[in-house]
This record gives sequence, C-alpha cells and structure tokens, in this order.
Amino acid sequence: MTDPLLKVSNMNKSFGALKATDDVSLTLMPGEIHALIGPNGAGKSTLIKQIAGGLVSDSGKVEFSGRDVTALRTVARARAGLGRTFQISSLAMEYTVLQNVVLGALGQQGSVMRFFRPVMKDRDLVDRGMAALTRVGLSDQAARRTADLSHGQRRLLEVAVALTLEPKVFLMDEPMAGLGASGSKRLTAFLDSLRAQAPILLVEHDMDAVFALADRISVLVYGRIIATGSADEIRRDPAVREAYLGAEDVA
Amino acid sequence: MSLILLIEQVLNGLQFGVMLFLMAAGLTLIFGVMGLINLAHGSLYMVGAFAAAAVAGWTGSFILALIGALAAAAAAGALVELLVIRRLYDRDHLDQVLATFALILIFSEGTRWLFGSFPLFLDVPAALAGPVMLPGGILYPLYRLVIIGVGLLVAAGLFLLIAKTRIGVRIRAGEADREMIAALGVDISKLYTIVFALGAALAGLAGALVGAIQSVQVGMGEPVLILAFVVIVIGGIGSIKGALVGSLLVGLTDTLGGVLLPPLFESFMQASSANSVGSAVASMSIYILMVGVLLFKPSGLFGGN
Amino acid sequence: MPRETLLNIILFLMLPATAGAALLLDEPFIITLVTKAAILALAGVGLNIALGLGGLVSFGHAAFFGLGGYAMGILASHAQSYTPLMETPFLIEGTKSMLVIWGVALATAALAALAIGALSLRTTGVYFIMITLAFGQMLYYFAISWPAYGGEDGLSIYVRNDFPGLNTLDPIQFFAITFGVLAIALFGASRIAKAPFGLALSAARQNPERVETVGLAPFRLRLVAFVISGAVTGLAGALFADLNRFVSPTMFSWHTSGEIMVFVILGGVGRLFGPVAGAALFILLEHVLGGISDFWQVYLGLLLLLVVLFARGGLIGTLAGREVAHD
Repeated sequence: MTDPLLKVSNMNKSFGALKATDDVSLTLMPGEIHALIGPNGAGKSTLIKQIAGGLVSDSGKVEFSGRDVTALRTVARARAGLGRTFQISSLAMEYTVLQNVVLGALGQQGSVMRFFRPVMKDRDLVDRGMAALTRVGLSDQAARRTADLSHGQRRLLEVAVALTLEPKVFLMDEPMAGLGASGSKRLTAFLDSLRAQAPILLVEHDMDAVFALADRISVLVYGRIIATGSADEIRRDPAVREAYLGAEDVA
Repeated sequence: MSLILLIEQVLNGLQFGVMLFLMAAGLTLIFGVMGLINLAHGSLYMVGAFAAAAVAGWTGSFILALIGALAAAAAAGALVELLVIRRLYDRDHLDQVLATFALILIFSEGTRWLFGSFPLFLDVPAALAGPVMLPGGILYPLYRLVIIGVGLLVAAGLFLLIAKTRIGVRIRAGEADREMIAALGVDISKLYTIVFALGAALAGLAGALVGAIQSVQVGMGEPVLILAFVVIVIGGIGSIKGALVGSLLVGLTDTLGGVLLPPLFESFMQASSANSVGSAVASMSIYILMVGVLLFKPSGLFGGN
Repeated sequence: MPRETLLNIILFLMLPATAGAALLLDEPFIITLVTKAAILALAGVGLNIALGLGGLVSFGHAAFFGLGGYAMGILASHAQSYTPLMETPFLIEGTKSMLVIWGVALATAALAALAIGALSLRTTGVYFIMITLAFGQMLYYFAISWPAYGGEDGLSIYVRNDFPGLNTLDPIQFFAITFGVLAIALFGASRIAKAPFGLALSAARQNPERVETVGLAPFRLRLVAFVISGAVTGLAGALFADLNRFVSPTMFSWHTSGEIMVFVILGGVGRLFGPVAGAALFILLEHVLGGISDFWQVYLGLLLLLVVLFARGGLIGTLAGREVAHD
C-alpha cells in the first residue's frame, strides 16, 4: 500500500468554549481527490487553515510526504509543496492577472531577493505564469487588472496561482463558488485531470462536483469527521443522512 | 540618595503619569471606538493651556480658567471632528496620520498667529500654592498633589462612565461592532462627536493643569503627545486600563530614570562621562521600556489581538 | 507615452533647468533652494520604498535622516579638529571625503533600519506607526542629551566636504552632485519596483496572506525594504548636513519624519517621482508663502488637509490620473 501524501492526525482547535476542530484525522493518497463536505459552520475552513499553517492547532499532527510539518507555518508549508486556494479570493488586487501568476511562479522558484532585472521580462517566470493561465482558460485576461475580474474569474485565477506553485498537494476551499453552471462543469473536468499531477483535498458545497470527482468523501459536522468513504457509502450512511436531513428522516 | 528625595521623585513621577493618563485616555478611547489615530491630540492639550491662560488673565480665577480650558478644548475637538475627522474614519491610517499632522500645523501656527511666540504664564492659585508637610517630614508642593488627585478622580470617573452609564455601554458596543450599534438605532456619528469631544476635554484639562507648572507655549503638546503614544502602545491600544497602567509606568520610569541612572552609571564609570551617559540613557529609558514590552507582548500589556 | 512618464520627465528636468536658470541670472540662493529640494526628494525616495511599495507607514524616518546627518557631522568635525574618533582598539580618523561619508551614512542608517525594522515589523498598523515614531524620538533625545557632539546646539562644519574633481562650495557644482545622487536613487527605485523583489513586496502590501501562500515571507521582504529605505534616507541626511554645513537634533525630530512623509504624499504615494514633485512643491510653498506670511505653515497644513481629503494620489495622481497597472 502506498503512503499518504498528506496525513492529519488527531487535530484539535477550540475558540473559547467552541470546539471548531474535534479530533480530526484524515489522509490524502497520491492521485486521489478527497472531498470534505459538511453543513455551514462545520469547521471546514478552520481545518483547511490549520492544514495550510495559517492557524496553529491546539494539538495534533500534520505530516506531509512522510515529514512532520506540524511546527511549520504557512510560508514553510507552502515551500514544502502545499498549494492552497482560498474560499474568499485572496489575490493582489492591484496587479494584473499575469502579475498574480508570476508572483506564484516567483514563490515557487524562491529567488525573490533580486533587485534589478524587471520580473515581467523574466521569460521563464512569465511563461510559467501564462501556462497556468492557459490551463484554467484565463490567458485572454492576462493583462487585465485583477480587481476588474468577475467573481468567477477570480476563482479560476486562484487555481492558476496554485498551479504555478507546482505543489505536491492541493488544498482547495470551495473553488466552484460563484462559477455558475457551465463554469463549474469546466472546472470539474479540469480538476478531474489535475489529480494525476497532485492529489486534491477539496472543500466544496457543489454536490454534483463532489460526487463526480471525489474518490473519497469525508463529512465534517461540528468539527468532527462523522464518516469517510466512497460516494455511495456516504450517500447510504445513516449518520450523514441524519446530519444533513435531520433525525426524523432516518427511520 | 536619601529616601525623602526618592519619595519626592516617585510623587513627581506619579504626577507626570497622571497627566499622561489624561492625554492617553482620550487617544486610546478615540482609537478604540473610532479606529482613528489622532496626532492632533497634542494640539487640544495646547488649546486647553492657552484657553486657561487667557481666561485666568481676564478673570483672575483659576476655576474659571479650568472651565474655560475644558470648554475650549471640547469645542475645538467637536469642531474638528465635524469638519475633518469624520471624513477620516473610513480611511487608512496613513491618511489619518497626514490629515491630523496637517491639523497640528494649522493649530500650532494659528495659535502662534493669535498669541505670538512668547510663552504665556498661568499661576498656581494662591490657595494651592506652597508646600505641604507629608508624613515622614516630606515637604511637597500642594498643587502637584492636587494634580495627582484630580487625575485619579478623572480615571475613576472614566471607568465608571464606561462601566455604568448608557453612553459607556454605547462606547463599548461601538468598539465591538459599529454596524450593530448603528442597527440598534444609536446615532453613531453623534456618539463619535461626543467621544472625540470628551477626549479633547481631557487633553485640554491636562494642558491647563500642567500650564500652571510649566510655561504655556506653542508646541507644548507635542512631547506629551508622543509620550502618550508610547503609553498606549505599552498599555495596549484601545484599553483604558492599559492607558492608566502605561501612564504610571512611563511617568515613573521617566522621572526616576533621570534621577537614578546617572548615579548608577557613576558606580562603575568616571563621574563626568557617567553623568552624560546616564542622562542620555535616562532620556531614552521610556523608549527602551516600550521596546521591552513589545518584545514580549506585541500588542501591549492589555491589548487584544 | 503615458502622461505619468511625460510628467516624470518634466519633473526630472525641472530641477537642473531651474538651477541652470538661476546660475545664468546669478541667483545662488535659488540654486541652494533647488539643491535642498533635490536632497529632500532623495529622503522621500527612500521613504517611498517602504511606504509606497511596501505599505509600511514609517513615522520614524527622521532617525535615518538624522543618523546620516550625524555621520557627516561627526566624521567631518573630527577631521576639522584633527582628532581621531577613537584610538583603541584601532584608530578611526575623521574624514572630509564625501564619498567615504556617504558610505558611512548608508551603512549606519542601514544598520539602524535593520535593528529598528526587526523590532517594529513584529507589529502592524497603528502600532507600527507609533513604534517607528518612538524610535525616532529615542534618537532625538539621545542626540540632545549626548554632549560630545554639541548636544542640543548641534555641530557646525566650517567647510563643505570634498568630492573628487569638483569644488563643492560652488553652489551649482554641489547641486550637480546631489542631482546625480538623486538620479541614481530614482533609477534604483524604479528598478526595485519592477524587479522580483518589488513584485513580491508590493504584493505583500496588497495581500500578505497571498504572499505567504506562495511561500514567501512578508516579514523578510518588509525588513529588506525597510533597510534599503532607511539607507537612502540616511544618505539624504548626509547631503542635507553638507548643504547646511550644520547638524542638529532637529534632523531627528518627528516633524522631520512628518515632513518627509508629506513630500511623498503631496507628490503621490507609490509614484516614482512623487517625492520629487512633493519636495519641489514644499520648497516652493515655503519660499513663496514664507515670503508672504511668517505663518505659512498654516497654509501648508490647509493644503495638505485638502490633498489628503480630496486629492488622493497627490500632485502626480491629480495630473496624471489613475495609476496604470505596470508590467
């Protein structure tokens, strides 16, 4: 059996009396899409933040390609190969679309302490940025100001920036939100092909996308994972039905 | 050093700290409630001092002078809030810094225009002049003791105001959530004007009280303003309790540092250079204190994150 | 050609043109004013790297300006009195060489910026503003209470320092030196803004979370920017001291920090030539309004207030319109 690329063990996080993450363990295997679903307020974004390193866990362990990264913060985890997209687009809004992906490529390359040659004339970085834009279908928007993009286009740009990082693992927080039906369909197809490059931990509300894409699904309720399994298993799971549909429908 | 001298210096430090508190309380309140950094707070201190000196000059009454200082500073504060400050709440800190820096230029040069460059003098009222005998045979100026008393009274009043009164509830609510309080039907812009005027009045009071021991002149508010910034950075921006603790810390450090450090350096250096090194370090002592606090608590002693 | 580029060229040429015209009209005082504008612009170019590019609202750049000034004052005063700075453990002598003084000013300011930045950049927002302000004041009070170099009275240097091949006491030649330095600094600043470092730094201003997510540490970017920024402002301080042949604690005062900030804002934050426009306007106002009223700073205050409240983007923003996303 292959080892998981990402392994989260017994992770906890409380905000005062509220237990936002309650003893969560999960794995992400090479080549898979593991979807994380759950009702609003279940703690999905908190969990993603903890895995990405933006939020320090109260306890628990995060391992990445067999290496313990629990003590590392966002920057170091990104450098170790975690590519994250945000639920609410987090981009350099004054920049052009191309500058945002070039920033990603620059981060991936790491040699930021260069003060003289214009970065937008760096063929390598620009090519890698353009390649990422082409893959998500934004290449014709390259010269636009990011602030002028539509909501859906920003979501795609988020994904493009993550691509430039050439991560070993993707953490995607609701990439479909605001895309519209045809956009979701296209991104679904794209993510389907992306899993070959790197596995994806996908938080998503769009259930069509989740059931179409996910090899495994974990259901998070009140900070706990109540079930993990294939799409069919999750559909049949009584605990999941209870959480989503309410107790009376179970019987 | 004799114990008596030390006690005297501690009292001086307290008096200085209490004055700083009057400044810092307004600054921190304005920042906590409105999110505004106000450099012109020192100008309101100056306005208070000049108003007190002018009123005392006309009437000869110290009480009227204090009332005049409070009224003038509060009025100047309210006016500035209505004309300028309220346009700045939604701006970034850079804009706030620059606009209030501009206000300083206008206030300072405007005052110089009106009153000239020569310092004015405000006398300590006869009833409060002269020293009193404290237990232990310490002679200490009564007026300075009164300042300490007034400062502590104001501090107590401020805590009561915020903890017990309706306006205090609104201030606390405004700190927590502006939209919420607006949704509850409280006139938020009126509240802001009141808070700003209150902060201004405290600064004006401080200016008037200090004006009687120092000369009243243009620019007098600026050193105090910067110390008040140090105070609220140490105490934690937005916290009245932090402002009180920070004020007393800064007041005592500044006063005692100047007295204690030169002899301390003399214990292991030549007297002449010890004196200069000692006074140089003493002049920086509060900033060193601030750096020390921030190394351990980047958002101040009582500041949230 | 974009309007901003055209405006930049005009602004850039305006300084030597004014100095040249003053030379022809035999008005050395005007040359000195233009020189002062160029030096203050240089200080602003330094601040703009931190403020405009990095979004770091430093209210303590007077610290670096003053350190540069005192680097000049201390070295030149020792050279002037033929006494060494120190003899043990090794001999350091004073100097009248501008180039050496610049090197010392740059290095001193950079080191100070490293220390101040490393502490201040742990905080953000208002805390950062106030802490940088406090560090500036700390040095101000130190300069006042340290008697060795004049204390409150400052230090006078009788003869301007030497520059190889030029007579620095001739106003136009000294102007040429300062203008040359300003030109180099502007060129450097424009390269930094477009270089990989500038891209990342400016992104850290717009969205630090984004920068972290691509694996870059905003703190390091900001610290390096702060050091470069402080060093350039320090160099301006050395030139300013040389212009006046005098240094005093005033160079450290928070008014100086405020004024350097005002140059940047009057001209336009984040605009390459903003500090040039701002410093030139400041000197012009000081000269023109100062001639009308002793209280010219009231008008300066009103103007600044109007710019902040209504003309965001400063002079260049008003004349050249919205910033084009540059690539």
